[in-house]
Amino acid sequence: MKNYNLTHLEQLEAEAIFVLRETAAQFERPGLLFSGGKDSIVMAHLAYKAFYPAKSPFPLVHVDTGHNFPETIQFRDQFVDKLGAQLIIGLVQDSINRGTAVEETGPNASRNALQSVTLLETIENNHLDAALGGGRRDEEKARAKERFFSHRDAFGQWDPKNQRPELWNLFNGRKAHGEHFRIFPLSNWTEMDVWQYLKKEEIELPSLYFAHQREIIERNGSLLAVSEFVSPSAKETAKKETVRFRTIGDATCTGAVLSKASNLDEVIAEVAASRITERGTRADDKRSESSMEDRKKQGYF
Amino acid sequence: MSEDKNYLNMDLLRFTTAGSVDDGKSTLIGRLFHDTKAIFEDQLEAIEQSSKKRGDENVNLALLTDGLRAEREQGITIDVAYRYFATPKRKFIIADTPGHIQYTRNMVTGASTANLALILVDARNGVVEQTRRHSFIADLLGIKHVAVCINKMDLVGYEESAYIKVLEQFTDFASRLENVTDITFIPLSALKGDNVVDRSENMTWYKGPPLLYHLENVYVGSDFNHVDARFPVQWVIRPHSDEHHDFRGFAGRVAGGVFKTGDEITVLPSGFNSNIKQILLADQEIDEAFHPQSVTILLEDEIDVSRGDMLVKPNNQPNSSQDLDARICWFSSSKKLSKGTKLILRHTTKDAQVLVSEVRYKIDVNTLRKNEEENQLGMNDIGRISLRASQPVFWDSYRRNRNTGSFILVDPFTNETLAAGMLR
Repeated sequence: MKNYNLTHLEQLEAEAIFVLRETAAQFERPGLLFSGGKDSIVMAHLAYKAFYPAKSPFPLVHVDTGHNFPETIQFRDQFVDKLGAQLIIGLVQDSINRGTAVEETGPNASRNALQSVTLLETIENNHLDAALGGGRRDEEKARAKERFFSHRDAFGQWDPKNQRPELWNLFNGRKAHGEHFRIFPLSNWTEMDVWQYLKKEEIELPSLYFAHQREIIERNGSLLAVSEFVSPSAKETAKKETVRFRTIGDATCTGAVLSKASNLDEVIAEVAASRITERGTRADDKRSESSMEDRKKQGYF
Repeated sequence: MSEDKNYLNMDLLRFTTAGSVDDGKSTLIGRLFHDTKAIFEDQLEAIEQSSKKRGDENVNLALLTDGLRAEREQGITIDVAYRYFATPKRKFIIADTPGHIQYTRNMVTGASTANLALILVDARNGVVEQTRRHSFIADLLGIKHVAVCINKMDLVGYEESAYIKVLEQFTDFASRLENVTDITFIPLSALKGDNVVDRSENMTWYKGPPLLYHLENVYVGSDFNHVDARFPVQWVIRPHSDEHHDFRGFAGRVAGGVFKTGDEITVLPSGFNSNIKQILLADQEIDEAFHPQSVTILLEDEIDVSRGDMLVKPNNQPNSSQDLDARICWFSSSKKLSKGTKLILRHTTKDAQVLVSEVRYKIDVNTLRKNEEENQLGMNDIGRISLRASQPVFWDSYRRNRNTGSFILVDPFTNETLAAGMLR
């Protein structure tokens, strides 16, 4: 008999497409969280594949802290144009103006935590009943126990002790009015799988992911890019280095790594040799041991 | 640099582990991660800090797996945690589950997607109640491959007799298992690293492979059912565009067998026949589709097909019935199952209302004894029940096909997942 085997990337892709199609079938108005980062780009690519030749049924939802790298926004707009997708933008600044979120102060102030407020408001205002995210279980230990279909109560909260058991490929998306789901089709992918898949599928990425010259400062062990949002304090000095980013998020807390990797092959080689996880470059996760769990409970991605 | 392209040939093994704090499971996983470079410096640093804070003498590798605050506080693992590591040959997904009896439901969940179960036995204690419980659950969930790791061999002087003792005890017990067909015994020391990644110098009497070699090479390709063609329809793709005006594709994941272009198919429940016009893997046309591919199937004729329907071959059809006989594991702490309970059944891509028509027996997961006096199932109980569905369900026995033989039961009021079932 013929050998019917799939490679690990083919299996992960088949699983993610299955989850995307279940999402379309089980929810009335699902949206796809899109940050312009590599995981959300892979998600949008998979959504294209899952529904071809029809358009993906998911509007793209960007929760925008306003603290962006200009490259990200430029890439996002081109990407959305090419797909002909609907883009919903939730601005953290709007939440601050409404008084539903309060800006942090101090030298390490970040809008990262405020995103949870804006995300929940965006979900509510647009009547979304499911939000697809690119979160992966290998990212952080609180995420290791996350489900593919993750239930959120009417307050948008995650209750890690009361999660629905998830068996086989049977996903239970039933919910009461006002509740919603977070859905993670890339749950079983690792950072390495994402890079290998980007390479295999020849997917275009924002230039921030590849080595470039940039002014940076070192703060609490992270290398932060100097920008209109981050400037050196009296004790810090900015220096020019060749860096790239392993994740792309809020410019105030997304750390760069020193790197000369200028294309996907070099990035894959670098990731393979790396001894630090990609979230290790995120200042927001270093605040306390349970910081991710706490943020997730409150409705974070 | 040819090594860089290895990933295009790597495959995937999903395995489950279960164990309590003392049997060295965390040390073993930690060892596999460490030796395959899956523990990163920042994770190690974080665990070192927590270990110090807790006053642990050594770096406590269990902290790597205990992700939730409540788990760290209580020093126990509450939930299934999924962990990942890879070698150039394979990517591994570990469903890491706690071993206490009150976590039967987690073991069942972890085992549901696994091809292999890794069962740890303390060489000093031999096969104990927990070993039997893990093995029974692995077998119940249709796992064919079991790797029995006889751990802490360093504490019994690396003596072959300790290994032989476990091998005999386990083989005797395994004769009662239904699905497990491949059992491998590996004597090792997770702490010292013997026979985990590298062959041990201390046990030259053992001629088999070290654990990692076994995990990399165990053949699971034939575990999938490639005989009975089953395609539960998930979603109908209708582009409504000028370019694809008449396009009607049935999207889904092949749940068994092989579908080829030109094949005659029957649609269930309508019973209409047609032939496959085209199979799409995303935007690429392919000649045949097999499990676990997600594809889109186009038919020659315009017949009514929607989510919940199943495409099969006319001469190989699944069972179709409203009465179902199944073994289930009950998950809920707030609700019990008994005769007359009304629930929602989710089977493949179909939902139906069901009524519990009988609780036949409860199984003691330690002794495997059936208790027919029991007419209620509570949290973590495993039992055999009969169900009556509001409409026919198209199913195969779980032993024959995990995808068309499995279901979950959902509470119609709270929407919680209350049970997992395997059809007989």
